[in-house]
Amino acid sequence: MSVFKAEIQQKPPIASVGIFAWLRANLFSSLFSGVLTVSVAYLLYLSLPPLANWALFNADFVTSSNTECTRQGACWAYVIEKIDLFIYGFYPAESYWRVQLAFALALFIIAFMRLARGRQWRFKAIILAFLMYPFVAFVLLYGGFGLEVIETHQWGGLTLTIVVAAVGIIASFPLGILLALGRQSKMKIIRLFSVLYIEFIRGVPLITILFMASVILPLFFTEEMNVDKLLRALIGITLFQAAYIAEVIRGGLQAVPTGQFEAADAIGLNFIQKMSLVILPQALKISIPNIVGSFIALFKDTTLVLIVGLFDVLAMVGLSSSDENWLGRETEGYVFVALILWIILYSMSKYSKNLERRFSTEHKI
Amino acid sequence: MKNIIEINSLNKWYGDFHALKNINLNVKEGEIIVICGPSGSGKSTLIRCINFLEKFQKGKIIVDGTRLSDNVKKIRQLRSQVSMVFQHFNLFPHLSILDNLTLAPIWVHHQPKQQAVDKSLQLLERVGIRDQAEKYPNQLSGGQQQRVAIARALSTSPKIMLFDEPTSALDPEMIAEVLDVMVELAKEGMTMLCVTHEMGFAKKVADRIIFMDEGQIIEQNQPDMFFNQPESERLQLFLEQILG
Repeated sequence: MSVFKAEIQQKPPIASVGIFAWLRANLFSSLFSGVLTVSVAYLLYLSLPPLANWALFNADFVTSSNTECTRQGACWAYVIEKIDLFIYGFYPAESYWRVQLAFALALFIIAFMRLARGRQWRFKAIILAFLMYPFVAFVLLYGGFGLEVIETHQWGGLTLTIVVAAVGIIASFPLGILLALGRQSKMKIIRLFSVLYIEFIRGVPLITILFMASVILPLFFTEEMNVDKLLRALIGITLFQAAYIAEVIRGGLQAVPTGQFEAADAIGLNFIQKMSLVILPQALKISIPNIVGSFIALFKDTTLVLIVGLFDVLAMVGLSSSDENWLGRETEGYVFVALILWIILYSMSKYSKNLERRFSTEHKI
Repeated sequence: MKNIIEINSLNKWYGDFHALKNINLNVKEGEIIVICGPSGSGKSTLIRCINFLEKFQKGKIIVDGTRLSDNVKKIRQLRSQVSMVFQHFNLFPHLSILDNLTLAPIWVHHQPKQQAVDKSLQLLERVGIRDQAEKYPNQLSGGQQQRVAIARALSTSPKIMLFDEPTSALDPEMIAEVLDVMVELAKEGMTMLCVTHEMGFAKKVADRIIFMDEGQIIEQNQPDMFFNQPESERLQLFLEQILG
């Protein structure tokens, strides 16, 4: 007769620790990965030192014109000299504080939304971000209410890039939700309109839409009603982005199980309640990575507004390099802009990861 | 006792498939009805018609004096009288257990929040999981989730409860805890229609058992007659298979 004997809980065996084990596991796990590791190391050896020499060790930081940049490396003095132009465009220097305040408020609101806990605070954060902030930011940047009016053709640089991207993102989001719901609607006309709209916009490049917005749109208005150039671009970008967001959200809607729709119906919620309380929160959560991905693409696409005569941060580099004191220094400018854009886009991507984790109810124990 | 549900020559098609054929059924207030039958026999479709989750093409259903029709307002009113418990629970995964329960009272019945919370906690107490109120559905076992689903269905103070195979997605050791709650409910006089294969439950509480096959009601009777003297051949076969 065998007697049952309970096993004692044991720790897992310590198979491998230390730097060599890590190297073996991650860099030299097979012949092929060993070869890859060595080749990549060689490529880095070839490319990194020249880059560092150019960007740091042989670079000029403090000069007053191109001719004084005598060393072989980068001439960062040019970026330092033109930084205001890159950030503010032709915005009057005495009003820079208005741009700074608008950005500071935006950061404050993002932090507020991040820290808001509980339904009431989150609700306040959303009201603040989507209803009050756009109005305040507009008054700050454009003027009115006692502030001097600064026409939009003076806006430019990073300020303009961020304004275009932010307006595109905030305005296209609700529109995208409506289109996604419209495409799933039981009412034929609404569904047909949504499908036609989405497929038309997605079949056309953004450049075309921007052209249409800036050239064709004015034909519908009278001379006096001349709609602002920036506004036209914003409308174009919003309409464009909404179609993409709609498709992303539709994907999320389809991923919500039918049972959720039925349960929401069964407890007596009406359509708007069902969507806003039960379905959309789940669909949007599923769609976060794709929504943010789409917004990142939009941010990069904003550089196309140059086409309709708006000078975003990238266009400012081109413009400033024609300054005769700094001829031929675009490279430094473009590297600088690339770095700034990368920081912004990488932050967006990180924020998306963060949102996913916050809304996850899967493993919260 | 008056009829709370009257179903008259109900017919339903999915495309060309005739899912329900000429169903006639009256249910009295407080009656406990168990519906069984092989899969695809139309039993789920039938009870889903009663709260209009499924539309039907012919016949009429009158629930508590209201004839079911496409009128959206009427349907929503009806749904606060007729609650449903689903096979796969269908709890809202993004809301806490408590928020799952207070959703309908707050948004559909416009109750003050505190009142809704108090009542929901009472209901959770009744199904034995008050201490889980702040958790999310995915952190609960299947049996617990189904008990929450029953509590959610009760949160609108319905007159009729519909159960659509409430135990068939559960691990065997969790079936009893759900059935216990249902038995309690039956004892309190709730009108219930249960689609289930739990014959022990049927014997214990059902006033009437209905056997369906191929979209029709083949036979209905009180439990002991139903099990001991089945008339039709199909029911005899079914009982043999299910009871072994």
